[in-house]
Amino acid sequence: MSHQPSVYPYIPNSAPSVKAEMLAAVGAASVDELYADVPDRLRLKRRLNLPRPFLSESELVRHVEGLLAKNTTAREHLNFLGAGCWQHHVPAVCDEINSRGEFLTAYAGEPYEDHGRFQALFEYESMMGELLNMDVVNVPTYDGFQAAATALRMAARITRRTHVLLVSTISADKLSKIRDYLKPDITVELVPYDRNFGLIDIGVLKAKVSDTTAAVYFENPSYLGFVETRADEIAAIAHQCGALCVVGVDPISLGILNPPIEYGADIVCGDIQPLGMHMLFGGGHAGFIATRDEEKFVMEFPSRLFGVAPTVVEGEYGFGDVAYERTSFAHREEGKEWVGTAAALWGITAGVYLALMGPQGMIEIGEGIMQRARYAMKKIAQIEGVKVLFEQSPHFKEFVVNFDGTGKTVADINRALLARHIFGGKDLSGEFPELGQSALYCVTEVHTQADIDRLVSGLREVVK
Amino acid sequence: MSNSIGQKPALRRFHQASWDEPVIFELSQPGQRGILVPAVEDEIRNEVGDVAATLPEHMRRKTPPRLPEMSQIHVLRHYARLSQENLGVDLNIDVGQGTCTMKYSPKVNDQLARSPKLTELHPLQDESTAQGILEVMYRLEQLLKEISGMDRFTLQPGAGSAAIYTNVAMIRAYHASRGEAGRRDEVITTIFSHPSNAACAKTAGYKIITLYPDDDGYPDLNALKAAVSDRTAALLITNPEDTGIFNPKIEEFVKVVHAAGGLCSYDQANANGVLGITRARDVGFDLCHFNLHKTFSTPHGCGGPAAGASGVTHALAPFLPKPTVEFDGQKYYLDDNRPESIGKIRPFYGVAQNLLKAYAWIMSLGAEGLREVAEIAVLNNNYLMKKVLEIRGASAPYARGKRRIEQVRYSWEQLSNDTGVHSEEIGHRVADFGTHYWLSHHPYVVPEPMTLEPTESYSKADLDEYAAILKHIAEEAYADPEIVKSAPHNSTVHHIHHEPFDDPQEWAVTWRAYQRKLSDQSG
Repeated sequence: MSHQPSVYPYIPNSAPSVKAEMLAAVGAASVDELYADVPDRLRLKRRLNLPRPFLSESELVRHVEGLLAKNTTAREHLNFLGAGCWQHHVPAVCDEINSRGEFLTAYAGEPYEDHGRFQALFEYESMMGELLNMDVVNVPTYDGFQAAATALRMAARITRRTHVLLVSTISADKLSKIRDYLKPDITVELVPYDRNFGLIDIGVLKAKVSDTTAAVYFENPSYLGFVETRADEIAAIAHQCGALCVVGVDPISLGILNPPIEYGADIVCGDIQPLGMHMLFGGGHAGFIATRDEEKFVMEFPSRLFGVAPTVVEGEYGFGDVAYERTSFAHREEGKEWVGTAAALWGITAGVYLALMGPQGMIEIGEGIMQRARYAMKKIAQIEGVKVLFEQSPHFKEFVVNFDGTGKTVADINRALLARHIFGGKDLSGEFPELGQSALYCVTEVHTQADIDRLVSGLREVVK
Repeated sequence: MSNSIGQKPALRRFHQASWDEPVIFELSQPGQRGILVPAVEDEIRNEVGDVAATLPEHMRRKTPPRLPEMSQIHVLRHYARLSQENLGVDLNIDVGQGTCTMKYSPKVNDQLARSPKLTELHPLQDESTAQGILEVMYRLEQLLKEISGMDRFTLQPGAGSAAIYTNVAMIRAYHASRGEAGRRDEVITTIFSHPSNAACAKTAGYKIITLYPDDDGYPDLNALKAAVSDRTAALLITNPEDTGIFNPKIEEFVKVVHAAGGLCSYDQANANGVLGITRARDVGFDLCHFNLHKTFSTPHGCGGPAAGASGVTHALAPFLPKPTVEFDGQKYYLDDNRPESIGKIRPFYGVAQNLLKAYAWIMSLGAEGLREVAEIAVLNNNYLMKKVLEIRGASAPYARGKRRIEQVRYSWEQLSNDTGVHSEEIGHRVADFGTHYWLSHHPYVVPEPMTLEPTESYSKADLDEYAAILKHIAEEAYADPEIVKSAPHNSTVHHIHHEPFDDPQEWAVTWRAYQRKLSDQSG
């Protein structure tokens, strides 16, 4: 069977007659002549050793669907995993807009022929600005990890200091990214947390901050799900020594939780995956960074910032790059960090999400998630041998369940839950060994009371 | 015949959609909802009481976010209109965004990636329930290994620049493992390589040395020889560079750097013209990266989500980000037990939907198909170059009379000197004919630059049309330059006043900032 069709549907000029005509036009006897500059010894003298292709679309679909069929999804099973990727409902209009070829297949056009992309991203920045009560929000970076790492680098540049303090309830993976990213010239130190409430240890924080501290970083809600309720005190401690307060936030919580700027945050960052992106096995992430509209902050963003300006026509909106000169596009290594392709389409999608939800939707979803999570915590805590840690702190959508009293490991429990078609919480025993056999559970608006009750009865069975 | 419709003119009479669409906040109608959220069951409410009251006062939101209030169709219509004011590959002859490899992204691959079997996968679910996507990632790695000759790949980077950064982080870890972290503090790159090569290396703590082209447009080998030393950590280089000129001495570049103890990393953003022709490993590179949204067709998404793939030799493999995807002969699994790993580059494992699309694209073409992609991309480029060089005022600096690989950085210097029209203005005028145009990365080493990259996706008629647009505009520049200088005329919007973008008193990155500054001015 030949692996070479007479023409490839994706390659119009692969038709032999066209190819011959074009070769004649450029005065070449063969395509090989066009590679005259590639030295013979560097040429691959054989065909690439790749599997037989699926030349027809029909065969390709069959093959790929066959692979995907081996997955069991978080819809087929009941899912309580979160830990940085969260199962929220994705409105159909979000998928509709980000599937449109005009957006999906565009790239880096100018404000004239790609006006739509500029306006949609300006509106994304603006709606995030309302959610955060902040005047400057970037065109998305890759993900929340990158947003946190860059926010800390920005803080170091703004303060001209080289030391950052991080809450130790941060995820190990995010910490890994931050450590790598700050490695050249910024030292990272962790501040311990209180074992009863989960909160940052204020006494230790006070002892550790100094005039070399560029930033104090914490999260609301924390990675472990509780609300860092002494946020205003943390911000004040940072400010007293001239450090910035950098807060990582889950944007879907901000209908009910106060925007961090209200308790003193200087730079706010996070991941917009909850705002209209599917989980996509980790492919739905995009990061935001927000600041006040002060030149010393704005000039430290590496990302693009789309702004609005007049055109020659009255009442017509024009868009373009604000302070482009700060970027690596303008000045290579003299720019701030770097900018490149990141996750713009997810920014447009999050804008669609926020417009659909509106103020009332964000309030209702925030409150509803908090209620469901608290309900799940209460019910799970009633199971013999099972404890919910930091239970007295308010929580948003995630919480830590400890199984030490059952004599079973999280791995045992999750295996047994899986047999009941339930994805149990993330095993924290490697990440937070001091918490024993604990798991991080996540409940969102997609969970009904019946779902939560099914989890609770499943847990009751498997811990026996 | 009296009802003859007649002939179309030589050039398309394009006008872009221009909906004069308000900013979304202006569409707000108080009381409207775009979507409802599921109500909480009474039993839950009764059980938990007022959860907001459990929050301390300073942690509770006091005023609702001032988001627009809109019915669903109005949200949809607004964004559908904005989308019409945007030019994707699906709509235009997208050869004008040089270096970006704007090619057709097959719809079937988008459709496959929209399957709930992928969209509804949580990255932490038990590996036994994610065997399909893990197999796709594993298989994609095997394909990229063969295409590049490298020994291992990570698919974790979110895009090309993230992959460059990943490579630099691995280079840093490699030298540290040999006790040379402090000494090797310089990275060498070239001015015609993507700015992120310089910028990522700088972010990772390196001093940057930039090589400029010699008279023939090749990166200067003598300059490289003068630059390398025992401080050299690595060379980060593209080939062909953004000029489209293949550097025939690339092997010697690699040898010079290796002799000094440095590593060589190949930015393969421009791989489209050399698929199946020449491979990173065969030149001697230690690392390379592909932009899967460019060469391997996953769509560009207005600037991401994209996907990067970083390849390394065995010597660098211990430093790959974790986890890697492995296969034990029976099942696919994630390996986190990698003590020398640089750690995490992003959450989880990569942009899975784009990894699936890249895999499907390669599997729809096979070895012969990939080679056909490269050959036609190069043929298209040389064909378009011939047409462009016939236009008055256009030139292709360097390597005169030589073939180019997949793109060309042209210059309108002659036209600009003759007419006073600048390349940027030509770009605005190109928009009037329904397509893109891009100048060059900064700095403009080539004066009045234009970079065109006609990938394999365009027909001869497409290339003829694009060349005819440029020819028409060049003629306008010579005959009536004002038409070009006052462009665009048929675009969504008219000439934008750029001054506010660089003035802290005027710039506005959000609608709230715009309104505040406006009221400050009028107040």
